[in-house]
Amino acid sequence: MRRRSPRDVRALRGLRARLIAACVAVAVLAAATASWASAASASNSLLRSTQQRIADTAARRITDTAPALVYPPDTGDLRKIRDALDGPVVVTYESLRVHAGETAAITEQLRTAVHGGDHLALQRADSATGMKLLVGVPVLITGVDGQQRPSGIEVYLVRDLGDVVRQVNALTRNAIWTSALALPVAVLLALLAARGVLRPVRELRGTARKLAAGDLDARLRPSGVDELAELATTFNDTAASLQSSISELARMEADSRRFVADVSHELRTPLTTLTSVAEMLEEDLERMPSDARASIELAIAETRRLASLVEDLMEIARFDAGAAQPHLERVDIPGVVRECLRSRSWTEQVRLDSPEELAAVLDRRRLDVIVANLVGNALRHGEPPVVVRLSADEQEVHLEVIDNGPGLPEGVAAQLFARFHKADSSRGRSAGSGLGMAITAENVWLHGGTIEAGNADGAGARFAVRLPRWSEET
Amino acid sequence: MAQTLLIEDDQSIRTSLALALGRHGHEIREAGTGEDGLRMLASAEPDVVVLDLMLPGMDGFEVCRRIRAKSAVPIIMLTARGDDFDVVGGLEAGADDYVIKPVQPRVLDARIRAVLRRGTFAEQTQSGRYRDLTIDRAALTVTKGDQQLALTPTELRVLLELSRSPGQVLSRMQLLELVWEYDYLGDSRLVDNCVQRLRAKIEDEPARPVFVQTVRGFGYRFGPV
Repeated sequence: MRRRSPRDVRALRGLRARLIAACVAVAVLAAATASWASAASASNSLLRSTQQRIADTAARRITDTAPALVYPPDTGDLRKIRDALDGPVVVTYESLRVHAGETAAITEQLRTAVHGGDHLALQRADSATGMKLLVGVPVLITGVDGQQRPSGIEVYLVRDLGDVVRQVNALTRNAIWTSALALPVAVLLALLAARGVLRPVRELRGTARKLAAGDLDARLRPSGVDELAELATTFNDTAASLQSSISELARMEADSRRFVADVSHELRTPLTTLTSVAEMLEEDLERMPSDARASIELAIAETRRLASLVEDLMEIARFDAGAAQPHLERVDIPGVVRECLRSRSWTEQVRLDSPEELAAVLDRRRLDVIVANLVGNALRHGEPPVVVRLSADEQEVHLEVIDNGPGLPEGVAAQLFARFHKADSSRGRSAGSGLGMAITAENVWLHGGTIEAGNADGAGARFAVRLPRWSEET
Repeated sequence: MAQTLLIEDDQSIRTSLALALGRHGHEIREAGTGEDGLRMLASAEPDVVVLDLMLPGMDGFEVCRRIRAKSAVPIIMLTARGDDFDVVGGLEAGADDYVIKPVQPRVLDARIRAVLRRGTFAEQTQSGRYRDLTIDRAALTVTKGDQQLALTPTELRVLLELSRSPGQVLSRMQLLELVWEYDYLGDSRLVDNCVQRLRAKIEDEPARPVFVQTVRGFGYRFGPV
């Protein structure tokens, strides 16, 4: 099971979070709007009907007492009116004033509205003891002409709206609860919806990963007829065509590897015979007539070239097939370089600049190939003296080969490590197989190292190899 | 010089190698299949076997194992590819050395002579005794308890070189030069494989060797016991 990379998690979370957030927002907003709206209208109508009831009651009672009044009224009349009404009340006429209860809440605004008016005025007011309804009633009398006009008596009532407020608060709380309850339900629904959308997406991701990891049989199960199902179908088609082209490539590669291996074996068999024969002929050269000798020498030389060309081809084929394995061991690097130069009789033309001791874990034979190819190359295309410089730090071993020739021409460095690259077309047949530098580079890369070609300051071409110092072999 | 049994399926290679090695003074007997080779081995033991790994029918690894099961005759493999698989497989099957095709006869001659020298040059020194292991350097025999061990010449030579100065480390390179007579490009897997086979024969617990110990990153040493 692969660990999810942070990016996947973010992407998935992001998508899911966005889906859920959208669903929840819509659901909660809808629920809240609905419940708030209904709570508000219920509150309003409750308030209005309560006010109406209070006003009606007040008006009725005042009307009931009106016939018993004498005009202009005196304080006693005013008291009658006052007593007909319960709760805090003020009754005024001109400068007369009777009252009962706590009536401080009555405002100037209300008085102004009632004064000289002919209909009842209402006002809500907050007081220390809660919400109050203030009712102002101008008492009308019917004149002889049948017209109603203000009598100058004004009745002011203070009524408590606490109950209504409590009911309204209950309604509001209900609305809040409704909205709050909508939240988990909405989250749940959103999760379900998100899962419905995300499951195919996640399956898609998992399948794509399997494909990327090389499981070319991985497919999605398309279900339904929506866009996701279409996506799944398209994805499967893509995977199928990918699979068929990769299988084709793999088959071709396997075929070519087999072919190379077969060719290798087939070529080596006659070459083994030819090599034996060439060696025997070489021993007999002195006894040959001179014209035969020349052609035999040619045959021997070409046999050797063929053998080394096949050897190089096989080596390259092994790199390509991934069959090349470095055989790692602790190696005395200066020792190998010295032996490499000595066995090829290069000690006269090559100067080794190296610390006394430099050991690292690498492949001895491949190191020899690297050094021999670079030095051979420097001697062939540059000028002696050639310098081989060894140095090392904690992580890497550095190997430099610098010659004294004219240096690399412009633009050559890039192609130097290409296969069958010949430095000089005019000498195409005299040099090696044309694979030497490619093999050198492959051997460096096999160690996880790097190789660079360039020109040294004040000298010829410079090749720099860096090889990682592997941990001690186990 | 040496009685050599050449087991190789390609007629041209057999003919040319027999001619060339004949010039170097060896007497060659040829076999075209592993089965033939094993039959010829039963009738007369050669001094050395040169064995191609790619054989029709019974392959070279199997032939090598069957030879080793009843004989300590030196075996040199002819590998067609020089690939790790071939080399390691052949060494594990009990081969002493290998050459890669196309091989030059003088190289093969040198390998044959080197492998033959391992079974000779007895020393003046008499025997040394280490616990229950007795190494007789004059008679070139090794006994464990009262049992004489059947070591191949290569295994014997490695043991002789290591036990010459107990406690002193010999690098793989030094052993390659001393025993196999290779230069600096010798394949150290020859040493490692030989040491493993040697341990299987002389150690009580090959996984926890007492006589031939590994010194990591440097090589091998005998004892100290």
